[in-house]
Amino acid sequence: MKTFTQLVKNLKNDFSKLKSIRVAVLGDSATQFLSQALRGTGYDYGLDLNIWEADFNQIERQVFDPTSELYEFNPEIVVIFHSSHKLLGRYNKLKPEAYSTLADSQMELIDGINSSIGLNCSAKIICFNYTEIDDTVFGNYSGKFESSFIFQLRKLNYQLMQYASGHAGFYICDLSSIQNLHGRKTFFQPSIYINSEMVVSIEIMPDVASRTLDLISAMNGRVNKCLILDLDNTTWGGVIGDDGLENIQIGSLGIGKAFTEFQYWAKKLKNRGIILAVCSKNTESVAKEPFEKHPDMVLRLDDIAVFVANWNNKADNIRLIQSILNIGFDSMVFLDDNPFERNIVRENIPGIIVPELPEDPAEYLEYLYSLNLFETVSYSNEDAERTKQYQVEAKRSIMQKSFVNEDDFLKSLDMVSVIEPFNKFNTPRVAQLSQRSNQFNLRTMRYTESDIETISTSEKHLSFSFTLEDKFGDNGLICVIILEKEDSETLFIDTWFMSCRVLKRGMENFVTNTIVQSGTRHGFKRLKGEFIPTAKNGMVEDHYKNLGFTFDNGFWFLDLKSYEERTAFITAKPVNLQ
Amino acid sequence: MDKAEILSQLQEIFRDTLDDQEVTLAYETTANDVEGWDSLTHIHLVVSIEKHFKLRFTAKEIQSWKNIGELVEGIISKK
Repeated sequence: MKTFTQLVKNLKNDFSKLKSIRVAVLGDSATQFLSQALRGTGYDYGLDLNIWEADFNQIERQVFDPTSELYEFNPEIVVIFHSSHKLLGRYNKLKPEAYSTLADSQMELIDGINSSIGLNCSAKIICFNYTEIDDTVFGNYSGKFESSFIFQLRKLNYQLMQYASGHAGFYICDLSSIQNLHGRKTFFQPSIYINSEMVVSIEIMPDVASRTLDLISAMNGRVNKCLILDLDNTTWGGVIGDDGLENIQIGSLGIGKAFTEFQYWAKKLKNRGIILAVCSKNTESVAKEPFEKHPDMVLRLDDIAVFVANWNNKADNIRLIQSILNIGFDSMVFLDDNPFERNIVRENIPGIIVPELPEDPAEYLEYLYSLNLFETVSYSNEDAERTKQYQVEAKRSIMQKSFVNEDDFLKSLDMVSVIEPFNKFNTPRVAQLSQRSNQFNLRTMRYTESDIETISTSEKHLSFSFTLEDKFGDNGLICVIILEKEDSETLFIDTWFMSCRVLKRGMENFVTNTIVQSGTRHGFKRLKGEFIPTAKNGMVEDHYKNLGFTFDNGFWFLDLKSYEERTAFITAKPVNLQ
Repeated sequence: MDKAEILSQLQEIFRDTLDDQEVTLAYETTANDVEGWDSLTHIHLVVSIEKHFKLRFTAKEIQSWKNIGELVEGIISKK
């Protein structure tokens, strides 16, 4: 991690090529250094944070006044930082009989802030939670006594999580866990606080900024999707090819414990929807043996979406994994105990994240925890199904090789797509895909759940979600279209994104047929499309051209009357089609 | 470590922290003489100095030095 001084040096760099985001920082303590650290860290995350900082202790005035500078700034993200110090200050001034109301009244304030921001702009909110201060007035008895400060503070942190789980655009940045990791002595420097009102030490500032940026960049679709594991001395202790099945270290004894706990961590990630892959220099049958036969293995073959074990170099093997999964290298994390392999991968695969695992396997987990590698701003049940879907994809690509004719292959898949407008069941998934689709995304408009709800009831829009199922399995919701009625003749394709899992299945043709039919039925004459280039969506640069649209003055047009239905081997199952 | 040595190390710390290679310090230098040395960057400088010399100033000391010479004396008294 960079030091604060190094982050400040970043401020002189050229931000002009980076994606710009308007961020408002509102705090009840001094936040100048925090703002500098956020902008400096943003540079390293590829983001140009355009930060507007409220004057000291102006949270309520800015938030509750609809004509305030905050709303004039029109932030995309608002960072709210109520400090534990100020909270303690409020507690100190309460009458003892009111001590036990602290958490509830603070929660009321936060709810008011959240609602008011929601009414006055469309920003997402990042709320820092409360770092623990134990005033020890009640000693350990605090835990038995609701009026104690630490009881109220912990209750507040808990209530904050409950609140966040019920409010879509409201996110918590877990400051408290940073203090837990580094200790209060590092987090807080009393002499500096006395002189500057700063409640976060300069030493810990980079950690706070990086944890905040994890959240901001996840909001912008930057999330890690895949964990690639080396096997020998990473997933288990020892070398399976030399030591044999009985002698590798895994289980409850000695260093085996470290690998078992590591595997549980990987398994939890898999259950959350992170794709696990194996990349090992081994003979495949030997490498698979522990997964099949070792009683203490936590990970099993069906946890692994892509299993690559051979004697080729690891950079090539990771490229192979990437070609099967079809996700960006910069969303992959590669763990290997061998510094040499790590360097080869790092040097040959730009963007991939290769943590410097500690030498001692006992340290692996604590180190990995500290990196916060798998930030996310959403979770849906489909995430948990992801491994199965990628395994199915691997089978499909093997079968495809046995067909000479592409059409014969597609026909053999028996593909069915359910087409629905947005509704309360698919809204979370639509919003989530909108946040994370980077490659097959024509305009990269990011929509939250509440945006999607608005669109679903809007008179000006037609919305479509598509699923895709075939004989190998169900891919779930994989494509979203939002059409905007621009005038009586023109339907503008505001949004078209698709999961890369379903490339080369004729889905593009099928979707075009569907929206042309819908447009015709509603009496429109043409479709109008636009491609807005980003660093990641080069694959759809010629999308509209390939579908027969013609280019005119920055936009792509398709005449509905002369449209000839395109070939697609997908059966539609329309439900209340718009 | 003698006073001159501390002064020269301080100059390096100031240059690094203020990101300005032009900074030149003497014992009689005050905040007014150094561009970018304000009440905010003062805090940053103090923390950089503490880290470099592996010491901690008290809350009172942080606001007590009238010039670099006094800061140098302050560091010596802590060593």
